[in-house]
Amino acid sequence: MGAGHSHKLYRHGHSPVHALPPHCKIAAVFCFVLVVVSTPREAVWAFGLYAVLIAAAAGAARVPAGFLLKRLLIEVPFVAFAVLMPFVAEGPRVDVIGLSLSESGLWGAWNILAKGTLGVAASVLLAATTELRELLLGLQRLRMPPQLVQIASFMIRYGDVITDEMRRMRIARLSRGFEARGVRHWGILAKSAGALFIRSYERGERVHLAMVSRGYTGTMPVIADTTATRAQWTRAAALPVAALAVCLLGWTL
Amino acid sequence: MDPLSTTTPAAPSLDVSGLAYAYPDGHQALFGVDLTVGRGERVALLGPNGAGKTTLVLHLNGILEAGAGTVTVAGLPVGKKNMAEIRRRVGIVFQDPDDQLFMPTVREDVAFGPAAAGLRGPELEARVTEALERVGMAGFADRPPHHLSFGQRRRVAVATVLAMRPEILVLDEPSSNLDPASRRELADILRSLEVTVLMVTHDLPYALELCPRSVVLSGGVIAADGGTQDLLCDTELMHTHRLELPFGFDPRSVTLSG
Repeated sequence: MGAGHSHKLYRHGHSPVHALPPHCKIAAVFCFVLVVVSTPREAVWAFGLYAVLIAAAAGAARVPAGFLLKRLLIEVPFVAFAVLMPFVAEGPRVDVIGLSLSESGLWGAWNILAKGTLGVAASVLLAATTELRELLLGLQRLRMPPQLVQIASFMIRYGDVITDEMRRMRIARLSRGFEARGVRHWGILAKSAGALFIRSYERGERVHLAMVSRGYTGTMPVIADTTATRAQWTRAAALPVAALAVCLLGWTL
Repeated sequence: MDPLSTTTPAAPSLDVSGLAYAYPDGHQALFGVDLTVGRGERVALLGPNGAGKTTLVLHLNGILEAGAGTVTVAGLPVGKKNMAEIRRRVGIVFQDPDDQLFMPTVREDVAFGPAAAGLRGPELEARVTEALERVGMAGFADRPPHHLSFGQRRRVAVATVLAMRPEILVLDEPSSNLDPASRRELADILRSLEVTVLMVTHDLPYALELCPRSVVLSGGVIAADGGTQDLLCDTELMHTHRLELPFGFDPRSVTLSG
């Protein structure tokens, strides 16, 4: 099964990173990001070391560099913002290849760029090695409010169903010779969206009925209870602990 | 008192008596329904649209509360006190499997009912496997439901209630939207189950094929109750309750085995 049945970010595999329980991985990524963010921006070398750590984790997960880099592109809009900073920020200016740039702006841009990229890389790696469902189970283990977990898992389950319904409505519109061309047709699109909302709402009620019929009382029963061993926690902690060491060095040096 | 101790082996799977119900908006759907389904029976519930079939079904597991009259399932009255046990005993398979299957994978969906009843670990796993095997879907446990064909989803929906080891299986339009092969497969599965079945359907040949007995619900009361073949051959009864056989189908020509 694997790839065809899971989300696009996931990369099927059997590496030691894939095998870690999801809640360990989520906790590790969260701590790693916290450590990275709290590193002083002047310690440029520290960020290089973080990148090396991420690369090592990717290596252990057998996720190829190209895969990781391609998914990093999601960061581009933020990069655009960071690039603007040296031009618009105030303070003393420096000349770089004929351009007058703000010094604090440059540091700010570097700060956003370095920390953002590392955070996104860590998250992409998490998503590449953990299935969406496992992520939810992990969040549940980490005591995320059960309502949020339930909402998210229904989103996964019914996303396709609703998209399919939307597609059928579009085909039905097209079959009757309707094609949205400009503002005049927005009203019809809005009505379709309204109909879709009402259908989804009614489906929600029917699903709830089916759940109640099978003994639902407001909490999801625990079905797959994954517990992590001490060894697994230790392995997952390797990344944030190494990062913490780098961070402390960054503050002291 | 332990609800289980009220069960006597002789009690019928389902006993509905004098059941009446009006919706909050004043529309009365049921006017005194009496229906008894013995253990192991397969009964078809026939009736035109708007006859109150769905309303009746929702009373069987206490989703709707009876305005008057009682419903008992294997001797246990449907009421607030016994709701969890009643919902375990009455397995309803809804018409649209996309409503029924709400969990991310088939395994979790089948496990939902028993897990809600408190089952855990290997016992739960065994229950899931058993239910999926009974509908021939054991190889699909890790699939997400939306990757299955419609017929497969309907079968998994049956497994989700079988996993609760119900006293009575209630199917709402089990043959709707199925191609002939899936329809036959489902019939084979339903025949192989040793469980009481109440089947709500417009598909009269399917009722004839599967259920020796039928009841006609019309205008909120049971209008007829008897052998399926006899009912389908009663032209006047059929006409009065807007029941129509498919073109070219003659219930007299069918010889039922067993």
